[in-house]
This record gives sequence, C-alpha cells and structure tokens, in this order.
Amino acid sequence: MQHHSTQDTLVGLFVASGIVALFFLAMQVSNLSTFVEEDSYTITARFENSGGLKVKSPVSAAGVKIGKVSNILFDPQTYQSVVQMSIYSRYNTMPEDTTASIFTAGLLGEQYVNLDPGGSDVYLKDNGKIEITQSAIILEKAIGQFLFKSAEEKK
Amino acid sequence: MIQFFQYLGISTRTSFTKLGRGTFFLLQTISGIFNVIPRPRLLLNQMYSVGVLSFLIIIISGLFVGMVLGLQGYYTLSDFGAEETLGVMVAASLVRELGPVVSALLFAGRAGSALTAEIGLMKATEQLSGMEMMAVDPIKRIISPRFLAGFLSMPLLAALFSAVGIIGGQMIGSGLLGVDEGAYWSQMQANLDFQDDIINGVIKSLVFGFVTSWIALFEGYDTIPTSEGVSRATTRTVVNSAFSILGLDFILTTLMFGDD
Repeated sequence: MQHHSTQDTLVGLFVASGIVALFFLAMQVSNLSTFVEEDSYTITARFENSGGLKVKSPVSAAGVKIGKVSNILFDPQTYQSVVQMSIYSRYNTMPEDTTASIFTAGLLGEQYVNLDPGGSDVYLKDNGKIEITQSAIILEKAIGQFLFKSAEEKK
Repeated sequence: MIQFFQYLGISTRTSFTKLGRGTFFLLQTISGIFNVIPRPRLLLNQMYSVGVLSFLIIIISGLFVGMVLGLQGYYTLSDFGAEETLGVMVAASLVRELGPVVSALLFAGRAGSALTAEIGLMKATEQLSGMEMMAVDPIKRIISPRFLAGFLSMPLLAALFSAVGIIGGQMIGSGLLGVDEGAYWSQMQANLDFQDDIINGVIKSLVFGFVTSWIALFEGYDTIPTSEGVSRATTRTVVNSAFSILGLDFILTTLMFGDD
C-alpha cells in the first residue's frame, strides 16, 4: 500500500506541474491576461491611407493604450480606408472633435492609432465617427517627395 | 525483372496489411478506453511509468534547449540591436515548434521504446495469450491504459518543456547577457497569442502523443515473438515515431501558421 501511495503522489505532482506549466504559458508568456474582453464601444474613422495598420493594433491617447483596432475595411465608393476601433468603456469622454492619426512606434514600424482629444463638450458615442483624420506617413512616399524636392532646388 | 515486381508487390501488400492491422488495433484500443474509466488504478500506474519517469529527461533537456536558444538568439539579435526581442524568439520557437517536437522525440525514445519492449516481451513470453485464456481482453487490460496515459502525458510534458525552456532562456538572457528582464517578458506577452501559439502547440503535442503511443503499442503488439523480433520492434518504434512526428509537424505547421 505504501508503494501505491508514493506512486499516487508522484503522478499527482506530475499532473499538477504539467497544469502549472500550461497555466504559466497562458498567463505569463502569451497575452491571455490581457485577453479578457473589456466592455468597449466602437468608433470609426476614415483615412486616406491606413498604411501598415492591422487589426488588434493599439489605439492610444497621450501615450496610454485605450483600445484596439477591431476592423479595417476598404470603402469602394470613397476609396478610403475605414478603421473601426473599440475603445474601453471607462474612457467614454472622448470629445466629438477628436483627431485620429496613424503613427509609427519604434524602429520596427509597428503602427498605431493616436487619438488627440479636441475641445468639444459633446462626447463620442457608440458607433460614433471621427471626422478629422491624418493618414499614415508612407516612408517611400516621403522619401520620394524629399528627393524630388531636392532635385528641383538644384536646378 | 519479374522478381523485382514480385518483391515490390509483396512489400506493398505487407505494408498495407500492417497499416490495416494497425488501424484495427487503434480502433480496438480506443473502444477499450471506456473500460479504463472504472479502473483508474490501471491508468495511474501507467501515468507513473510513462509520465513521471519521463519527467526528469524532459525538464533537463528543456532547460538546456532554452539556455542554448537564449545564447544563440542573443548573438544573432545583438547584431541588429534587437536584444529586447530575445524573449519573443525563445518563447515562440519553444511553444510553437521545439516544445512539442523535441519532447515528443524524447518521449518516443524514453517511453515509447519501453512500451514496445514491455508489450513485445509480454507477447514473447505468452502473457498476452495467457490473459486471453483467462477471458481477459489484453487490449482492454494492457493496451488501452497505456495508450491513454501516453496521450494525456504528452501535452503536459510538452508544456513543461516549453515553460522550463523559457525560464532557462531568461536565466541566460537577462542573468548572464544583460537583456532587460522586463523587456524579455513584456515583449513575449505582446507578441505571442494564446489562441495562435499556445493552443496550437498543445494541439500539436496531443497529435504527437496519440501517434507515438499508437506506434509504440502497435509495434509491441505486432512483434514477432522472439528476442530478435522484440529488438527490431523497439528500433522500429523509435524510427517510425521520429519520422511521423517530424512529418506531421510539417503538415500541422502549414495548416496552423500558414495564413497570416
């Protein structure tokens, strides 16, 4: 009987450590801890060009993450990029005249949406629209323009 | 010339009959699992010999693989000044590939070969026939608990391997080489997805556990009941398991990480 109970303990320890390892992978290694869906509301913004923005890219205001991009669509009528963002409900005081711009974070070029609050007293509601937007800066375009300009100046 | 075709015919036929016997064996084993549930003692004993005894080799190999990944990753990444992403590299390669694959290979070598030798010897010493004489189905009594134990132990072992490897990478990366510890973990968390990475890794290890246990048990059950037959069957278990694991890994990877 003694032999059985040590074996039981060892099997129990093995299974427990395996589950702990899985739990460790889920919480510490992956993003499950931030995966828990917070209450959020959706707002949309139209950009001339949304560059390398992806679904799940962060949306931040004043450098703090307040939501994420939930969907990116192409509007075939206006040829614009329609970016839907879900903003956490606790940040429900974004003014109506907020500016949305696409910036690049870091050298590796991860892009995010930056919201710059305006001065209006009316707040954005669920399914609200941001009117003032600034497109992503496409590096190739910028370099092209710069080269073109410097060539003009030399003439 | 005729002899060549004859040989080809024989080998095709024998391999297909073996595949058929193997599938039939697998179905019997799976249907025998319901008989294991009222006897948890059988499963527990096998979990001990399959899981607990493989524990140490998995932990030690995981630690060293993680430490080597930490070193090599650091040398390469520091060329680009991207040492902070070391955590992502170590964790992604462990969780997606090395964890399931290497632990399955070790599992085939450690537990699979032992299972084949055990079952093969039982057959060679006519213990299995003896059981049948006593109206005890050897598949239900011997094979199914071992199969279930292998299938259940594999994902746990793979998770342990990955977890220990990631900690080993962190020990080398931020302990020895000076990668910021916060950056190691936060970059990892930002770039690894629970669904895409962790769950897919677990699915992989479940598939490998299934295939390895199946091959090991079937080779043992199907062995020629001589000492030479058992030794050949043990070799075949390790070789066939390794091939199946690596081949299936390629297929699973294309299915899982293909579209992005």
